[in-house]
Amino acid sequence: MDTVTSIAVLSVLPDILHDLIFDYTLRTVALGAAVIGIVAGALGAFAVLRRQSLVGDAMSHAALPGIGIAYLVTGRKENLVLLTGAAIAGWLATLAVLGIVRRSRVKFDSALGLMLSVFFGFGLMVLTYIQRRPDASQAGLDKFLFGQAATLVQGEVRNMAIAGGLALAVLLFLWKSFKLISFDMDFASSIGYPVRVLDVLLTTLVVVAIVLGLQAVGVVLMSAMIVAPAAAARQWTNRLGVMVLLSAFFGALAGVTGAALSATQRHLPTGPTIVVCVSAIVLISLLLAPNRGLVWAWFARRRKGEELRRTLAAADAAHGGPRILIEENS
Amino acid sequence: MSDAQLDIQMIAVVTAAACAIPGTFLVLRRMAMMSDAISHSILLGIVIGFFIVESTTSPVLILFAAAVGLLTVMMVEWLQRTGLVREDAAIGIVFPLLFSIGVILISRFAGNVHLDLDAVLLGELAFASFDRFQVNGWDLGPKGLWVMGTILLLNVALVIVFFKELKLATFDPALAASLGFMPGLVHYGLMSMVSVTTVGAFDAVGSILVVALMIGPPAAAYLLTDDLRKMLVLSVAIGAISAVLGYWMAHWLDASIAGAMATMVGISFLTVLLFAPARGLVAQVLRHKRQKLDFAQTMLAIHVMNHEGTAEMRVENRVDGLDEHLHWDTQFTAQIVDLARRHGIVTESNGVLTVTDNGRQRAQAAMVR
Repeated sequence: MDTVTSIAVLSVLPDILHDLIFDYTLRTVALGAAVIGIVAGALGAFAVLRRQSLVGDAMSHAALPGIGIAYLVTGRKENLVLLTGAAIAGWLATLAVLGIVRRSRVKFDSALGLMLSVFFGFGLMVLTYIQRRPDASQAGLDKFLFGQAATLVQGEVRNMAIAGGLALAVLLFLWKSFKLISFDMDFASSIGYPVRVLDVLLTTLVVVAIVLGLQAVGVVLMSAMIVAPAAAARQWTNRLGVMVLLSAFFGALAGVTGAALSATQRHLPTGPTIVVCVSAIVLISLLLAPNRGLVWAWFARRRKGEELRRTLAAADAAHGGPRILIEENS
Repeated sequence: MSDAQLDIQMIAVVTAAACAIPGTFLVLRRMAMMSDAISHSILLGIVIGFFIVESTTSPVLILFAAAVGLLTVMMVEWLQRTGLVREDAAIGIVFPLLFSIGVILISRFAGNVHLDLDAVLLGELAFASFDRFQVNGWDLGPKGLWVMGTILLLNVALVIVFFKELKLATFDPALAASLGFMPGLVHYGLMSMVSVTTVGAFDAVGSILVVALMIGPPAAAYLLTDDLRKMLVLSVAIGAISAVLGYWMAHWLDASIAGAMATMVGISFLTVLLFAPARGLVAQVLRHKRQKLDFAQTMLAIHVMNHEGTAEMRVENRVDGLDEHLHWDTQFTAQIVDLARRHGIVTESNGVLTVTDNGRQRAQAAMVR
């Protein structure tokens, strides 16, 4: 974002805060984005730790045919129906990826890329087929491609909160098991945990998180909401509990900020704005997080260099030997 | 078949072939998701290029888009090198950001420009035939065919010229580095190839479905052969067949051509996954079953041989009681005894089995192992 925009944003900040509380549309959108951010952030932490960051990307693309088929089968356009279809399709694609990797020598990345694009292509075929049918009043199906946060209504946000809350409740309930399979699958399996079931269950929860965000953020950008908050949170802590909380917080922060920004500026689509916000959080975390951050590491390296130089100088002085010119050698 | 239909199919086949070549190396180098990242982020390059040259058909767009493709690769690698983020997460952070910036730029300035987001992402092959390449009024065919044909020839030429380097850098980067082949250079060369091919193909099949054409056919070919040359040829063939079948499926359903082509790629992969001669799932099941029967026959021979000439031979080697002695179910035992007799591993007299010389050899070989 350029400086002009930033200044403009700063000057309207009080208005934004006012609208966040009193403006129906903005409040709804911001709440919705917050719910998406919290749920995707919390569950994304597990995806990132399990090196499955891109599974979110694959799932959100793969959900597309589910939307079309749900419409074809039921003839209804309620979000609940369409999103259930999306969830089933995303879930099937993920199972297909895991199955292909287990049963053939095709590697994880290939299986993921293949299922992502094939499901998406199939979804595209189904949606265009629906659009060209004479009887179809298909309007509203393609909003899932890029998301239309502005169309959210309070009831939908409530449903999202309920579904997301359920997913988080399951996460909390099985916390210990999920923690174990995320860090040491083999050990979990050896002490008798049903790792396959847990694996599929955790994946299913991620699908729920993605489907929640489809309407507001869209298929293409939902993957960022899974990966970015978690990658940012990872920089600040080594504890899983803290990471999940931070990740949820970052997700919500990016969601609300992005929604507010896009509501106050014209022609600033919500989904992409949220992604830019969450990327900014990642950048800040990479640079500034204590211990791991790049700036921090740079200072630490400098301090070590200084210390070494001082020690050597002291040693030289003590032995009265020739001084080693470290500055020139290094 | 009309001229337009022929044109579209030719563009589709050439695009599929051009994508399959760099795709083969992506699959082998486990970098399939990089094509997904590049295919998303080149949107930004197209938008920037469009703002500068103010045309959607200029070849300059391809340069800008390819540059952003390379930028994606470099950003992902930089993130990885910091050691703070793993590769998969790095990819998942970089491309949504570049893509988002592209979308924001389009929607902020799209009021007075003609750049259709859907067309970039989803492609529309159906109109490709109308955009002709003309020189001095001579009609030389659809422009898309020329663009993709050039890229295909370029890809083929590069792979032929640098075959050794690509092969070595793909299968043994450490050796390639020690021999002075500069795997880093090969890597960026390949990534440039992926970027340029993706940009060229986005017009025809849309940027997201390029991924299907890049990954699907090579993944299927990977199940069919261990030879890099054969894998390249098979990838091109599978891609081309999927493209043509996809076209006709779209024609029949009156649906998106690109979508149908991607679906066909999926069906081709599924077919290969099931029926590949050595690695297919059906072949695996059959082999497993045959091994089970073979093993059981050997076990039978060992059992009969062990009790041969001992006091309990008449009890242990009786066909009736074998199921209990071997802990097999009755039906399976009968099947194995039958098979073993037909293969000349054991013979039966008065309901008692004796092992043949053939069976004895087999049993001994198995036990030594």
